[in-house]
Amino acid sequence: MTTQLLTLAFERPAIDWHAVAPEITLLAVGCLITLIDIVFLEKARPYTATLAGLGVLATAIPIITLAIDGVDRVLFDGAYVVDDFALFTKAIFLISGYVIILLSTNYVAEGDYWENEYYGLLLASLMGMVMMSSSRDLISIFVALELLSIPAYLMVAWRKRDARSNEAGLKYYLMGVFASAVMLYGMSILFGVSGSTQLSDISSYLVSDASSSLAAVTLAIVFVVAGFAFKVSAAPFHTWAPDVYEGSPTPVTAFLSVASKAAGFVALLQLIYVGFHNQSAVYEPLIWILAAASMTFGNLVALKQTNIVRMMAYSGVAQTGFILAPLAVAGHAGLEDQALSAVLTYLAIYAAMNLGAFAVIITLSRKTGSAEITSFSGAFRYAPAMTVAMAFFLFSLAGIPPLGGWFAKFEVFSVLASSDDVWGYALAVIAAINSVIALYYYASVARRMWADEAPENDLTPVSTTSSLVSALVICATVTLAFGVVPQIVGRFADVTLLTLGG
Amino acid sequence: MENFINDWGLTVTTFIPLVGVAIMLLIPRAQEELHKRMALATSLLVAVMGVLILTEFDFDATDKLQFAVDHVWIDVINSHYAMGLDGMSLPLVLLTILIVPLCIVYSWNHFPEPQNPKAFLILILVLETGMIGTFMAQDLVLFFVFFEVVLLPMFFMIAVWGGDDRRYASLKFFLYTLFGSALMLVSFLALYFLSGSESFVLSDLIEAVAANEISRTAGLWIFAGMFLGFGIKVPMFPFHTWLPDAHTQAPTVGSVILAAVLLKLGTYGFIRIAIPVLPEAAVEWAPWIGLLAVIGIIYGALGCLAQTDMKRLIAFSSVAHMGFVMLGISTLTDFGINAAIMGMVAHGLITGMLFFIAGSVKERYHTLDIGRLGGLLVQAPRMGWIFGLCVMASLGLPGLAGFWGEFPAILSAYNPGNGLSVVTFRTFMVIAALGTVLAAGYLLWLLQRAAFGTPKEEFADDPAITDVTKHEWISWAPILALIVAIGIYPNLVFRVTDGAVDASLDDCLQVSASELTPEQAEALGCDSIYGLGEMSHHDEHAAETNQ
Repeated sequence: MTTQLLTLAFERPAIDWHAVAPEITLLAVGCLITLIDIVFLEKARPYTATLAGLGVLATAIPIITLAIDGVDRVLFDGAYVVDDFALFTKAIFLISGYVIILLSTNYVAEGDYWENEYYGLLLASLMGMVMMSSSRDLISIFVALELLSIPAYLMVAWRKRDARSNEAGLKYYLMGVFASAVMLYGMSILFGVSGSTQLSDISSYLVSDASSSLAAVTLAIVFVVAGFAFKVSAAPFHTWAPDVYEGSPTPVTAFLSVASKAAGFVALLQLIYVGFHNQSAVYEPLIWILAAASMTFGNLVALKQTNIVRMMAYSGVAQTGFILAPLAVAGHAGLEDQALSAVLTYLAIYAAMNLGAFAVIITLSRKTGSAEITSFSGAFRYAPAMTVAMAFFLFSLAGIPPLGGWFAKFEVFSVLASSDDVWGYALAVIAAINSVIALYYYASVARRMWADEAPENDLTPVSTTSSLVSALVICATVTLAFGVVPQIVGRFADVTLLTLGG
Repeated sequence: MENFINDWGLTVTTFIPLVGVAIMLLIPRAQEELHKRMALATSLLVAVMGVLILTEFDFDATDKLQFAVDHVWIDVINSHYAMGLDGMSLPLVLLTILIVPLCIVYSWNHFPEPQNPKAFLILILVLETGMIGTFMAQDLVLFFVFFEVVLLPMFFMIAVWGGDDRRYASLKFFLYTLFGSALMLVSFLALYFLSGSESFVLSDLIEAVAANEISRTAGLWIFAGMFLGFGIKVPMFPFHTWLPDAHTQAPTVGSVILAAVLLKLGTYGFIRIAIPVLPEAAVEWAPWIGLLAVIGIIYGALGCLAQTDMKRLIAFSSVAHMGFVMLGISTLTDFGINAAIMGMVAHGLITGMLFFIAGSVKERYHTLDIGRLGGLLVQAPRMGWIFGLCVMASLGLPGLAGFWGEFPAILSAYNPGNGLSVVTFRTFMVIAALGTVLAAGYLLWLLQRAAFGTPKEEFADDPAITDVTKHEWISWAPILALIVAIGIYPNLVFRVTDGAVDASLDDCLQVSASELTPEQAEALGCDSIYGLGEMSHHDEHAAETNQ
């Protein structure tokens, strides 16, 4: 009886294999790494990082073929979609993932941590992100979110002999689970109200039957957005970030602050642009507050930091505020596309410059053995190239032309300035003031590295590795290229989300 | 060749320094001599390009943009790579091209601590690209980018090679200017969106603003944003406080470039962008600009009288001199703005030269405390005389360049532009004239204390105090020659600038309000501007009520 029922109920949906090729490649490489570990044990260790890197690059191939093909593909009745938006964000995840593998290579090997598992988990998390880009259904969003989060909880605690890393892992896990719970609660209300888990159905339901359930819908939107605000570390949901960033292995910190944050934004964009398409009255004020609070709070606290990783954590909170800002006016007529492309542009540029900054931090820490800002003093005397690179990334984060960050900020200002709305203008002013505050701490670090004396006048050069140098070269080239020819990122980010029925 | 200059001249001139930087990055740091030669060769190549451009420049059409290029740069925001050169930008570009190689020659054998010529020279070359680009850019986004490119090298120059208090000074300089440019950028964006212009190219914006009138309030706010951005850079009183610190702490060459070129970016922004784009708002803001300008003149002069440090004194004198430039601009007349450009060139040459001398004095005496100096004319007579010449030029002695910067600016305030209050500006004129007396006071006093008399005991037999060296001669001679040449024949500058200034001013600013009847004003299209139209409506209204 049961078997009969099952055979009746299950009918394999048609699968577009080309569309899911990136996910399958990642999965295959992840499994391969695990298998190799089981079979070859220690002998395989030196090759795992290379294999993982190649796997990520191989995943880019189907993305390119899909982009060339250019057809929007809809799978599983609209729960999974491959459109320009999905491809662009997948590309961001994969390139960041590749750079993070480069950053991890020596760190993990020299720290004598488990290697195969590390890369296996990294690929799993990356796969969650790649899935997130395509998810247009509450369930697929949730599955992708957990798939990207759970490996990250483990990776945060990877320095298992260090109490702070364990603390960070536990903290991240507890806060993450709590945020998931809040978000799930919101999602359950959405499902209860609309009777569907698919974002486009929810959207059309909310439009057709707006009045009856306003309170419930508002509650649901607030809960869901709050859940992702945790993921993107927007104030006041950012409290985990500094401790976790400080305790994690630094490459994992880079991973959390770039890829994981971008994944949160991708989910938010899908929810706002597809699911809550016509609910701007609800989400706009919410995002406005999150954006203003993140910028201001993140920057003010960053001013007082003495540890560079904590400073980067708070600067990341502030940057989150900037990325959120266009969404605070995204519901205004005629601004939808512009706001979307501003957020995507920012995410791409932010990934390059933030990863670059972490690459320098990882390299210099190899010598200083500390993440205190004072320990980086006078780096210009023994590592001039690293110092110049760090100045590049810091001033790009501050938004100084001709480095990439200026264009990201420019796009944000340009969306806010064309909002034709007092609240939009007010946010623009807050953002402008915050850019100046942020400059202070970025410039202070740069100045310390350039102008101060090295501690104990120790001028031995830093030891670099080829993978760190390649990571730096990638980030620096991209940061500069985006700044000088913003057209590159501008064109790719000029995408629209496939809004089914929305 | 002609075609090459026409299509590529400006681009090549702007970016040659970056090519030099790229090559220098590949040369190891220990090869100091090679780095110096490379940097000098690069800047000389830029100078050669400058000469070629000068030979191709059509001096009968200074009002037109020459060698113009215009390509779409960033499609998504309609920003263009638009460059061009006219009579307004040419003198400033030439000034930049001249100053940079002289700075490299000057620092040849005495790089400030902590040495590292490679990094220092690379920064100077990056700075050169930014400065030339700013003066040539014809698109607001491009202008903004070049305007900011200048910031970073200067920040590092002060922070790494500066004096004891360099950290404070460098951050202050950076934060002040960035704050200004953030507001400036917001103004540019607002201008673009409110005018509905099809691109950020200056000529498009001017057209769009004239076609779809921006509301008076919006215009005033946008102008205010630019006012702050450019005003901080100039710097105008009360935004000047970063300047004395930055100048005092910067290495000699940094001070020279700062004084000679960087301050001009602000004033240039006023005459290139703010006034041509928003003439109406300019009319309403002009009295305030004029007021701040004359306060700056007097305040800068009083500040000078209180200084005990030679470099700081020269820095304060910059505030006063830039006040004259701003006064000329605030009259919104052809005459005043021409005087302002002359003022910029003259100030660039003279104050740049004074900073060179201050640097050389510091190197010989290891102090700039005026109380400890004295007898420069005895110990280093040639340098003493050069110092004297520059002081005379700076206080506006006729026959030297400074005179043509100051005197016409004061004179122009006698007859301010259309819509401005004559009484107010004549008051400004009187105050500014008093400022020249103060200027003579503090400059002569400086000369007297530092150069006259006998050397103080501690330096009397110091063998390190030598007269002008070979490198100093090479780097100073061209500047001194120009100070004299422009002083004798100011038309060198005026002939170039006049056409462009004339073309940049709104037609309605060119006629005097007192000579216009409301009908004439309407025929010219000026009725809605400068309150002339409103006035006539008001009169009609009054007439109706009377009936």
